[in-house]
Amino acid sequence: MSIAAQLIANGLIAGSIYALVALGYTMVYGILKFINFAHGEIFMMGAYIGWTLHVLWGVPLLIAFPVAMICCGAFGYFLEKIAYKPLRNAPVWAPLITAIGVSIFLQSLAILIYGAQVKTFRTGEVAQGLHILGAIITPIQLTIIIVSTVLMVLLWLFVKKTKIGKAMRAVADNREVASTIGINVNKVISVVFVIGSALAAAGGILVGMEQNLTPTMGVSVGIKAFTATIVGGIGSIPGAVLGGLAIGLIENIGIWFIPSGYKDAIAFIILLLMLIFKPTGILGRKKEEDVRG
Amino acid sequence: MLKPSKDIVLKISNLSSWYGKVQILHEVDMHVKKGELVSIIGPNGAGKSTILKNIFGIIKKRKGNIKFLKKEIITMQPEELAKIGIAIVPQGRSVFPSLTVEENLVIGAYTRSDNIKKDLEYVYDKFPVLKERRNQPAKLLSGGEQQMVSMGRSLMVKPKLLLLDEPTLGLSPSMKKLIFDKIIELNKSGLTILMVEQNARMSLKLSDRAYVLELGRNRYVGKGKTLLKDKRIQHLYLGGVA
Ligand SMILES: Nc1ncnc2c1ncn2[C@@H]1O[C@H](COP(=O)(O)OP(=O)(O)OP(=O)(O)O)[C@@H](O)[C@H]1O
Ligand SMILES: [Mg+2]
Repeated sequence: MSIAAQLIANGLIAGSIYALVALGYTMVYGILKFINFAHGEIFMMGAYIGWTLHVLWGVPLLIAFPVAMICCGAFGYFLEKIAYKPLRNAPVWAPLITAIGVSIFLQSLAILIYGAQVKTFRTGEVAQGLHILGAIITPIQLTIIIVSTVLMVLLWLFVKKTKIGKAMRAVADNREVASTIGINVNKVISVVFVIGSALAAAGGILVGMEQNLTPTMGVSVGIKAFTATIVGGIGSIPGAVLGGLAIGLIENIGIWFIPSGYKDAIAFIILLLMLIFKPTGILGRKKEEDVRG
Repeated sequence: MLKPSKDIVLKISNLSSWYGKVQILHEVDMHVKKGELVSIIGPNGAGKSTILKNIFGIIKKRKGNIKFLKKEIITMQPEELAKIGIAIVPQGRSVFPSLTVEENLVIGAYTRSDNIKKDLEYVYDKFPVLKERRNQPAKLLSGGEQQMVSMGRSLMVKPKLLLLDEPTLGLSPSMKKLIFDKIIELNKSGLTILMVEQNARMSLKLSDRAYVLELGRNRYVGKGKTLLKDKRIQHLYLGGVA
C-alpha cells in the first residue's frame, strides 16, 4: 500500500459525495440565483430516512436507498413550493433567511426524533478492504464511488438528452426567453429541486453507510459541497463534479502537509480564497455571457 | 403576393401598463391583420418593447384587452402563448448561449408534438450558416448569427404571429440587409409579423402599416409608405437616418 494512492483514493471517495451534494447547489443556483442553504440538511435527512428504513425496519438497502431518495425528492419539491416560491419576488435575503431557518428546523427535528447520539448502519464487523492500485478500499467505499458515478452519469444524460433537461439549461441561460417558447419555468424549478434533493439524499445514505449519522452531519458536508460549487463555478454542472472531486482530493492530500485535525478547515480556506480571487470558479460563466434583453 | 385580408390576428385595445408605479403605456390601440407586416416605431423608451412584453404576458400590471384570433390572451401565461401560435424574437441577444445552435432551434418547438424535421430543414435553408455550425454552443456565434438563431428558433414555434423586437439592432449593414430580406421573405410566404424597429425609414418602407408611438401613446398610424412621406414624421424620426 502506498500512502499517496491511499490519500488519493480517500480524496476521490469524499469528493464524489461532495460532488453529489454540490450538484443540488449548482442546479438551483443556475436557475434561481439562490443558494439553498437547507441543502446540507436534505443530505442529512436522506441518511436518517435510509437508516430508519434499513436498520430500524429491516428494509433491504436496495429498496431503502431509492425510497430515501424519493422521499427527499418529494421534500425538496414541497420545500420549494411552500417556503421559497412565495418569496420569488422578495429581496434576495428573504429566501436565504428562510433556508437557514429550514435548516435549523430540520436539525432540531432530527434531534427530536433520533436524539443527538450517533446512529450507524454498521451491524457486523468491518469488511476486509480490497487492494486496488496500491490503496485499500472497503467494499462500502467502492460502492460509494460506483453509485455516485452512476448517478452523475444519469444526471448528465438527463440534462443533455431529455427534453426537460434541455429546458433546464435553457431556463438557466435565460428564464424570460425560455418562458416565451413555452417552457413552464415553475415546472423546471420543481424538477431541479426534486433531482437535487434526491442526489443529496443518495450522498447522505452513502456517507451514512461508512460513517456515523448525526443530526448536524449536513453542516460540514454542506459547506464543503458549497465550496466545491464555488470552486467549479456556481451554476455549472460539470463544475460541481470537478469542484467536489477537487475539494475531496485537496483536503485528503492536505493532511500530508498539515495536521489532520485541520482537515475540515481546508475547505473554508479554499472557499475564502476562491471568493476573493476567482468568484466565477473554474468553469463559471463570465459576466458578459449573462446577457438579458 | 399574399396580402392583408380582413381577418384580424391581433387586436390590442386600450392597453395601459405599469412598471411599479410608473405608467409606461397609456390606452394604446393597435391591430394586425392576417398576412400583414406591421411596424411600431418611436424614440427610445417610448414603450415599444413594453407592448410586445405585454402581448407575451411578461408584464403583469396592466389593463385593457389583447385578443389573438378573437381569443382574449391578456390573462394567459407566457408559456401558454407559444402553444397557441405566437412567437417572439426578444430585443438584444436572446439565444441560449450554452445550448448548441441546433438545441436552440429544436427547443423552439418545445410545445409541439408533431414532427419538426421539416421545419428544422426550413430554418437551415433560410440560414445556411446555422447548419454549418449546428453543433457549436450559440455563444460562439457572432451577433448577426445569434440573431439568426433567435429568428430560427421562433420559426420552430410554427407561429401564426411573429413578434420581432429590433431584429437588426447592433448588426453590421450587410447583416441588417440580410435580416430584413429574411423578414420580407417570411412575410411574403404568409407569416403575419409585428415588428419593432429603430431603423424607421427601412421599416416604414417594408411595412404594410406602421404605428408611431411616443411616450407610451399612439401618435400616428398609417400605411408605411404614406408615413414615410409625411412631413411631421420625416421631421421627427427620419431626420438624416438612413
Ligand atoms: N423592467 C423595467 N423596470 C422598470 N422600468 C422599465 C423596465 N423596462 C423598461 N422600463 C421603462 O419603460 C419605458 C419603456 O421601455 P421600453 O423598453 O418599452 O422602450 P422601447 O420603446 O422599447 O425603447 P428602446 O428603443 O430603447 O428599446 C422606459 O422608460 C424604460 O426605462
Ligand atoms: Mg425596446
